[in-house]
Amino acid sequence: MPYAPKLKESASQTAGPYVHIGCMPNTTGIHTIFDTDLGSTMFTGEAKGERINIEAVIFDGSGTPVKDAMVEIWQADANGVFASPEDGREADPHFTGFGRQHADHDTGVFRFETIKPGAVSVDGKTYAPHVLMWIAARGINLALATRVYFDDEAEANEADPFLSRIELKSRVPTLIAKRDGNTYRHEIHLQGPDETVFFDL
Amino acid sequence: MKSGYYPRDLNMHPPAYTPGYRTSILRSPQKAPIGFDGSPTEFTGPTFGHSLIGELDNNLILNFAQAGESAIGERIMVHGYVLDEEARPIRNTLVEFWQANAGGRYRHKKDTYLAPLDPNFGGCGRTMTDESGYFHFFTIRPAAYPWPNGKNDWRPAHIHFSVFGTAFAQRLITQMYFEGDPNIALCPIVKTIPDADAIDRLIARLDMHNSRPHDMRAYRFDIVLRGKRSTVFENRKEGN
Repeated sequence: MPYAPKLKESASQTAGPYVHIGCMPNTTGIHTIFDTDLGSTMFTGEAKGERINIEAVIFDGSGTPVKDAMVEIWQADANGVFASPEDGREADPHFTGFGRQHADHDTGVFRFETIKPGAVSVDGKTYAPHVLMWIAARGINLALATRVYFDDEAEANEADPFLSRIELKSRVPTLIAKRDGNTYRHEIHLQGPDETVFFDL
Repeated sequence: MKSGYYPRDLNMHPPAYTPGYRTSILRSPQKAPIGFDGSPTEFTGPTFGHSLIGELDNNLILNFAQAGESAIGERIMVHGYVLDEEARPIRNTLVEFWQANAGGRYRHKKDTYLAPLDPNFGGCGRTMTDESGYFHFFTIRPAAYPWPNGKNDWRPAHIHFSVFGTAFAQRLITQMYFEGDPNIALCPIVKTIPDADAIDRLIARLDMHNSRPHDMRAYRFDIVLRGKRSTVFENRKEGN
């Protein structure tokens, strides 16, 4: 029998240039409303796993860094478990898996202090270690979802069901961050020959 | 773990490239997003406890005001439900909101509009939905303001919303407009949405039934996030 959902999803609108007022007011100098900005730390204690940083810059179609973006990441813990009741398994109680940062107003660099996620194995499938990255900014009508994989996980990346799905293999490197000490560096290109792979959440 | 969300109906959302909204020209990906049947990464999402919410977090009239003072403007309550496409309530989920003041200016150093800052208005708040998906907050009605897009573009009065839902697949940022505002039909950002009904669903209705006499008027605004297929989890036989 044909079936359609009862309601339709609310339309997205751009987060605008002042998304930080609402989502991270302390970074805009509004200190008296919330004690801390949501997602400013991903740790509630000594989390298991390797401490890493992820540093990235978003470039627009002219090659200019996007300096007003808000970026969120969501990832599994060191054992590949998400801190969410939807996961159904027990996650590391000292790691939230959720981070929210803004691009530096001068350089456009945003930086997350996190742990290296484990591979996620569910229902007979194994996903290489990765981080979901979600980008909201002025001029972006529907927030952009992408993933960050790690260049020192070549074998796991090769077998990853999501990366394998990308038909144009030359685009795969747009999802892979490069290790430099404890920091993985990554570039996101909104347009152009190096346009990052974005996906339909 | 087996779950799934209805595919997002992209006809309800603005496309990335909307030249009438000029900033989208250089910030819109030109290649199609890659479809994927989803994985645990999208079917999960952060949860926040009610302990996150302070007493005045949902009261923008008072949450930045000096003692004994309150924000200037028309006092309003905004309320409604966060539901999914199956009209199921989305319980205990975080809703964040931000807006300009009653003169149309944001408390942000880059906002240089002529209208004055209100010393008693910060412009942000948050709340969580209850067991029935209901939320409410108190604020002042923001004003329309001009913005640099075309030569004479004005944003309609609006409040920005950020909603989490229970999985990243539902994550949404949107804006609420006010019934009867003639600027809605003129706004290049509103017009990025191709579907007239989808625009209409972002317009809050004046709700005299829930207005408080001699105090504040109410506006009703429901938010719908993506629907989830009703599957039985192997580890939770009762379903979802």
